[in-house]
Amino acid sequence: MISSQLPALQIIVPLLAAPFCVIIRNSRATWLISVLASWVTFGISILLYLDVQTLGVISYEMGNWAPPWGIEYRIDSINVFVLLIVSSIGALVSLYAYPSISVEVDENKHYLFWTSYLLCLTGLLGVTITGDAFNIFVFLEISSLSTYVLIALGKNRHALYAAFRYLILGTIGATFIVIGIGLLYLLTGTLNLYDLSMRLGDMSLTQPQLAALAFLTVGISLKLALFPLHLWLPNAYAFAPSVATCFLAATATKVAIYLLLRFAYDVFGQSQIFSELPLGEVLLILSIAAMFIASTVAIYQQDIKRMFAYSSVAQIGYITLGASFASHTALTSSIVHLFNHAITKGAIFLLLGLVALRIGQPTLKKMSGLGKSMPWTSAGLVICGLSLIGVPGTAGFISKWYLILAVLERGWWWLAFMILASSLLAVIYVWRVVETMYVSDSDSRGDSHMASTTSPTSMTLVAWLFVTSCIFFGFHTSFSVEGASAAAKVLLEYTK
Amino acid sequence: MTLNFPTAFILILGGLILPFFSGSLRKLCLIFIPVIAFVHLLILPTGLHGELQFIGYTLSSVRVDKLSQIFGYVFLIAAFLNAIYAWHSDDVLQQSATFVYAGSAIGAVFAGDLITLFIFWELTAISSVILIWARRTDRAYKSGMRYLITHILSGMLLLIGAIFYSKSQGSIEFTSMSLDQPGVILIFIAFGVKSAFPLLHNWLHDAYPESTEIGTVALSVFSTKLGIYALARGFAGTEILIFIGAVMATFPIFYAVIENDLRRVLTYSLNNQLGFMVVGIGIGTELAINGAVAHAFAHILYKSLLFMSMGAVLFRVGTVNGSDLGGLYKSMPWTAFFCIIGAASISAFPLFSGFVAKSLIMSAALYQDHVLVWLVLLFASAGVFHHAGIKIPFFAFFAHDSGFRCKEAPLNMLIAMSIAATICVGIGCFPNLFYMLLPYPVSYEPYTSSHVLSQLQLLVFSALAFAFLMRTGVYPPELKSVNLDSDWLYRVFLKNLTLKFQQHIFQLYDQACHKLKGGFWGLCKKIHRHHQPTGLLARNWPTSNMVLWVALMLASYLIIYFLQFAV
Repeated sequence: MISSQLPALQIIVPLLAAPFCVIIRNSRATWLISVLASWVTFGISILLYLDVQTLGVISYEMGNWAPPWGIEYRIDSINVFVLLIVSSIGALVSLYAYPSISVEVDENKHYLFWTSYLLCLTGLLGVTITGDAFNIFVFLEISSLSTYVLIALGKNRHALYAAFRYLILGTIGATFIVIGIGLLYLLTGTLNLYDLSMRLGDMSLTQPQLAALAFLTVGISLKLALFPLHLWLPNAYAFAPSVATCFLAATATKVAIYLLLRFAYDVFGQSQIFSELPLGEVLLILSIAAMFIASTVAIYQQDIKRMFAYSSVAQIGYITLGASFASHTALTSSIVHLFNHAITKGAIFLLLGLVALRIGQPTLKKMSGLGKSMPWTSAGLVICGLSLIGVPGTAGFISKWYLILAVLERGWWWLAFMILASSLLAVIYVWRVVETMYVSDSDSRGDSHMASTTSPTSMTLVAWLFVTSCIFFGFHTSFSVEGASAAAKVLLEYTK
Repeated sequence: MTLNFPTAFILILGGLILPFFSGSLRKLCLIFIPVIAFVHLLILPTGLHGELQFIGYTLSSVRVDKLSQIFGYVFLIAAFLNAIYAWHSDDVLQQSATFVYAGSAIGAVFAGDLITLFIFWELTAISSVILIWARRTDRAYKSGMRYLITHILSGMLLLIGAIFYSKSQGSIEFTSMSLDQPGVILIFIAFGVKSAFPLLHNWLHDAYPESTEIGTVALSVFSTKLGIYALARGFAGTEILIFIGAVMATFPIFYAVIENDLRRVLTYSLNNQLGFMVVGIGIGTELAINGAVAHAFAHILYKSLLFMSMGAVLFRVGTVNGSDLGGLYKSMPWTAFFCIIGAASISAFPLFSGFVAKSLIMSAALYQDHVLVWLVLLFASAGVFHHAGIKIPFFAFFAHDSGFRCKEAPLNMLIAMSIAATICVGIGCFPNLFYMLLPYPVSYEPYTSSHVLSQLQLLVFSALAFAFLMRTGVYPPELKSVNLDSDWLYRVFLKNLTLKFQQHIFQLYDQACHKLKGGFWGLCKKIHRHHQPTGLLARNWPTSNMVLWVALMLASYLIIYFLQFAV
């Protein structure tokens, strides 16, 4: 029965496709393999999503070893939502990638790109799907290692340095996570997440448990680029090839946020960490700092990819803000923003990939007059910018709306005000781009990008699919909000 | 394919595609778009339609009942008249904006929930300001800006109020509300701005007369009556409205009497007429609501008629200042004739539309024993006759001959005016047909001898007073000046205060300013220093420093957790 093996296939398909790429090496063939593998993966995620809708939690025993001894893949409504985000973006980005990769990566390295792309996809899906703590570490390392390669493939020589820095920090993060998991294993003798949470719930809080929590929080915060541990992110995003940036921005940090939610609400859920420890408060303060400082830094950036990378740090602040207090609306807002930010940032970096084909690394200066030479791409950027700000009618509005509702439920007026104020900062950095594209005179710009060819249709289509979904999910919220709301409900049930 | 979508879309879409046509095709569109919309409105069944799910709320974009229907009809009639009136113009910007404006006003009227209302509410503000700016003068630009700010603010109040309201009520349905919670008060103020409540009214006299001859006609129809509709829907029977309405009905009269710009006189009388409607809504009985709605209906038509006639004068002569005009009946007899019909309607002469509408409100006030309010309204009626009924036609078309010899208004303007005039007289002569449209069943007879007699007495004595004052020279002469009412507060008082403040304590002010500026720039500099690409928060940190951060974070987490745990 193939349908009962879906959880394993979710990982195995991209994992097996990766070595094929190394064997075949032909640029176009490896691309086709990747596209095929990632679309099959996407299909499996959809089937899993439908299964979870009807069956509730799916538990899959790897190799028929019963949990808690064997490895268990455990799929509930929260991680199936993340699986769907990751695999859908993986599938669409792979479709988009070919023309962009041909320009931005050396021909003889294409197969390496696709191999690490598939491995990264495997790792991210693996972290999400597995119910085993050590398995999480393993998949996290798979995704991280392949991410370093993806970043280092950028032609700019800064890319190598950026990848190196991320390598150091990412390794530290992963080490912290494995130390945390090790401590938990020492305490409880189990690695199965479900079992862990049961056993931790029975124990009273002890110092090793707190140490484990601290190591895990810092390790995960590093992976999700929570302020002030975000310093690896701007360079990594700015210098990686456009396709890699888009894929990483839309998925990698989101998976890390999922891990945070999983550990804070599920594994430690019954240990009352929210009532007894200031985890929520610390997260809240760091989130607010991220929202303001990263947005302000973004305002000053000249390099557009770097600017949106900082904006990502700020947007992650909104997500963690929602995660920092245990209420249904807040968690819903957090998870919805996870989704909405994934499509918005995905769309932005896809569009910037199109821009990069014309003018190389997009900087503010080079983008002047782009509104005339690339009207569709510029219009797309404006729409995505509106979604980043959170203008009604776009996806970004929905998440901010729920976030503000959640904050008001607590009666925290000042915080609602701060959320709005930080959105104003987003207005500024988005406006800078809009102004450069449409308003500033294009005399200073050379005619180089006027002469170049039109954008490849496949890329434009995928990019616009993302842009339209930014608007679609601003009106049609049944998938995003209901999915998020169900996930939030599950998380809160664990906490009880 | 269902036809139960908002009628607004037909007009808005029509407005948006209009610029893509040219020549006679565009002119055809001008006529047919409102007609199609009207047909669509006729076949829309009553009830709630066009439901959408939006962030957990059910929006109902179309709510058809008698109250929204009658406003929909009259808005469409007005849009149609406007289209004919603007037939001669080549300014497609104005024609498009008028359709979008009319469309969004109709959308707002049929909105079943506060979010849909908000969206159309803001859309009316944005589309209407284009009509003001279409005059393309500096003055129009500035007053348009003031107008836009006021209306966007009104929309923001509405949105914030709606958020509050939805939090406390758990529903965003736009229905009758009571003024006992902060959200509803905000919504009330938002409606108040649109309906030009006293002290919230300055945008009206400020902006409307600055628009083009076509634009003002459209402006006079939609925004304020949308406010009236919203009040009738949400705040019928709210007692404070009686008081507000009474003030509204009286104070503009004084300004109207001394104002020179005849279109500005009309905006004052517009404000005064809105007062009648607000009183009707405040009384809140079925008869009073009927009266307010009927008055809104009739008022839209005769006010457009008056604005059209003044617009025609502006179009031909180039000015509508009372001091410059006079004797135009020789050149523009038809315009003068239609203007007199409009004036008779607004003054509520028996057999004209104002009479059958206003009587409802007056009677409702009496039946509820608001004698004082009734007297105030009586006084206001006399005032209306004075400034709108007599002053407008008298100074424009009669009085001393100004020597202007121009052509009669263009044919399309005359047609638009004649249709409006016909409806005004029609309503006045066959009130029972008109009453059938009203939200509540009517058993009211306007033409009783006491009604007719008292109204005629009022009018005749009012006319006598005018004649007497003119003869004796007491009547304030038409002077070229700008009248300021409560906008005096910000346009004169505040300005002078600032000037004096600067003069008297100039140095102190300057120093404070300097310090504030220094502080502000200091802050900016600090932000800049830390956030610029080479700043503390944005520079490329060495890897070791980044690792240090990680260690610091871990240490602080551990310390915080252990400390908390020890406690």
